Amino acid sequence: MTLALAIEPGAAAVAAGGPADALGYALVYLLAAVVAVPLAKRIGMGSVLGYLAAGVVIGPAGVDLVGDTSEVMHFAEFGVVMMLFLIGLELRPRALWEMRSDVLGLGGLQVGLTAAAIAGLSMAVGLTPLPAVAIGLTLALSSTAIVLQTLSERGLSDSPPGRRAFSVLLFQDIAVIPILAALPLLAAPDAGAEAGASASHIADLPAGLQAAAILGTILAIVLGGRLLARPLFRAVASTHLRELFSATALLVVVGISLLMGFVGLSAALGTFLAGVVLAESEYRHELESDLEPFKGLLLGLFFITVGASIDFGLVFERPAFVCGLVLALVGVKGGILFGLTRLWKIPKATGTTLALILSQGGEFGFVLVATSRTLDIYDEPTGMLVTAVVALSMAATPLLLLLDEHVLQPRFAKGSDAPEREDDMPADRKPPVIIAGFGRYGQAAGRMLVANGIDITVLDLDPGTVDLLREHGMPVYYGDATRPALLHAAGCADAKLFVIATDSTTHSIRIAGAVRQHHPHVKIVSRAYDVRQAHILRGEGVDETVCDVNGGGLALGRASLIALGYDPYRAERAMKRFERHEGETQRMLFEALGDPTRTLQVARQRTADLGRLLEADSESEDTTRDSAWSTSAAIEAARD
Amino acid sequence: MPRPILLLLAHPALHRSRVNRVLVDAARGVDGVRVCDLYRTYPDFQIDVAEQQALLAEHELIVFQHPFFWYSSPSILKEWQDLVLQFGFAYGPGGDALHGKSLMSAISTGGAEEAYCSKGHNQFTMEKFLRPFEQTAGLCGMRYLPPFILHGTHRLSDIEIAGEAQDYRQILEQLANPRTDLGNLRRERMNGFGAGLAGEVGR
Repeated sequence: MTLALAIEPGAAAVAAGGPADALGYALVYLLAAVVAVPLAKRIGMGSVLGYLAAGVVIGPAGVDLVGDTSEVMHFAEFGVVMMLFLIGLELRPRALWEMRSDVLGLGGLQVGLTAAAIAGLSMAVGLTPLPAVAIGLTLALSSTAIVLQTLSERGLSDSPPGRRAFSVLLFQDIAVIPILAALPLLAAPDAGAEAGASASHIADLPAGLQAAAILGTILAIVLGGRLLARPLFRAVASTHLRELFSATALLVVVGISLLMGFVGLSAALGTFLAGVVLAESEYRHELESDLEPFKGLLLGLFFITVGASIDFGLVFERPAFVCGLVLALVGVKGGILFGLTRLWKIPKATGTTLALILSQGGEFGFVLVATSRTLDIYDEPTGMLVTAVVALSMAATPLLLLLDEHVLQPRFAKGSDAPEREDDMPADRKPPVIIAGFGRYGQAAGRMLVANGIDITVLDLDPGTVDLLREHGMPVYYGDATRPALLHAAGCADAKLFVIATDSTTHSIRIAGAVRQHHPHVKIVSRAYDVRQAHILRGEGVDETVCDVNGGGLALGRASLIALGYDPYRAERAMKRFERHEGETQRMLFEALGDPTRTLQVARQRTADLGRLLEADSESEDTTRDSAWSTSAAIEAARD
Repeated sequence: MPRPILLLLAHPALHRSRVNRVLVDAARGVDGVRVCDLYRTYPDFQIDVAEQQALLAEHELIVFQHPFFWYSSPSILKEWQDLVLQFGFAYGPGGDALHGKSLMSAISTGGAEEAYCSKGHNQFTMEKFLRPFEQTAGLCGMRYLPPFILHGTHRLSDIEIAGEAQDYRQILEQLANPRTDLGNLRRERMNGFGAGLAGEVGR
């Protein structure tokens, strides 16, 4: 009830209509999310369930603050589109090709068999064949949004079940297109033609031209991504206006969505394709981190609208019947998938997770129901029922995964299934070392690591540097390493070492802070301008610092000594000795930090030491410091 | 054509050297002698193995010139042996790159000659101390020539050192002479070898 009170001003605005409308809605949705999601996460249920619950609370079944959600949902579906773009970005074309057996085989059989089984069951409960097939196809599709969000939240995205689930989802996303095209064929002949035409703007054209338009669109996305995207992003990046880069990223995704919609293809599929094309681009990490928040918000909104759209009136009317249908759906989908995983010789533990995670109906289901209703394939109550079953099955997924995680998987781990192993496809590149800043300094360090067979990822803010180095085959990406999202996208969570080599002192301190705050496990090695900055960096949690002045300056000092006639080995030793003295001084100053008296004392002491050291280095009388290979004492002794 | 001689100099502080600096300066003037100052060439101890092996291949006689530190060579020459005299290059199967070549030690010691005998305070003769070098040469299929040794360098005056350097120079000239039979040098020390034969060879 406190919830209802808290959002009263917003609710009033909603009721009144007018310019405050949108903000009022935003307040309701945001507040619901901010309250429900942390609660759900706190009790271990995951964010998807939290969003769904928030939707139920603010929807017609709860306090009813949002009214009709269908338009908001339409908007929120854009989150799914963005998600697929981001997934595409993570997936190089080669990785996609390696997945082809899973996508076509596992995905194809899953959709085909599930649709047939559900159609059969529908006919068994009294539906005629055509609507039964439509419902079968509708329910065969799973929820990309829920599955991928849940997978990534549980860290399963890169696991064997995660990758297989993704393959199946990919097939489903592709399958939506022919299914949408086929639905009119299932309609009564008189109703079909007109409604089918509304799906695309080119439907009136002859079939040959339609095919040409579709092919042309796909070609345009691939070529555009290859040829136009880089100059565009480079031009935008060189303005150094971050919001402009975000705007460009959004522009690309929105543009492709609309283009795909225009020719009647799935927007999700189009942006996915665009993502794959851009996966090799140097702006990949920056794109990921820019779109990530939008995607997250829109997906959250999407889940809330799913929660709000569940028709609880229908559920409460025949609770046993609806629950039975949900169970049947989950059982049939899960059962068929599990059977397929046995056929694919996938271990039982992986198979079980895979079957459960894909057992729900999906957002494309809502779309197909809406289209079927337009085509009048089945009546209104049936449509409501299917929608309710899909929504409830989505809500059931996080619960099923909890069951899987806490009850089923521990059993597999104990059982004889454990040693059974699957041939994993190669995971996405996760280099152990990330280098921020790739000027001459960073390049020296980075190339040395590469020469020693260590894989690196490089982040740099200068588009010119990025271009040049990419031409030389270095894994360099454009982006600001102080941003948590970019750090995440670059794989900081899995990195062993973070190297800071930027030449701006303030920037490197900010990077150190960001890395340490978000990734406490990773070791940080940083370039430092001077002793003072080294202190600050260490205060930010940097493990090791290397002073610029020392590195370049000492080598210059050595070269100077040699030029003055010192033997090279003598000059080398002189440099090393001075360097060690400097290092010790730094350490002592660091320990004395915060105590001005002690700092002054140390500084004076070390200066005096250095004076003596330097005197000893020259050919003075005092040879106590460096009498290495000196024969004068022995000669004295010999003469006595 | 003189016999090619590679002189590997190992002295970590030439700026403090009285003897080795003068000796090596004398050697530099000899036709056929190539000097490689190891501490100067590899001040960071990163010895370039391929470069050194190529040098070895080009020369017939290798001279280790160094002060006698702790009854052995300065550390860089040991590093040189450890790295350059590789298995498969200098010894072991196929390791015949040095077969038939000769090795000679040219050493300065602070202690007097009397110190290097069973009754002296170093207990052992120089020949015994040099056994590791002799056997290293043996394992590499090289002939180990009698050593050139300057004892009691702390007591030597600059004029005496200059005289020794002159001797050293003449020895190297003899060794560089292709008519000198390296397999037939029946002497305990190389010292004085050049002066003895100077007339016969006829410079």
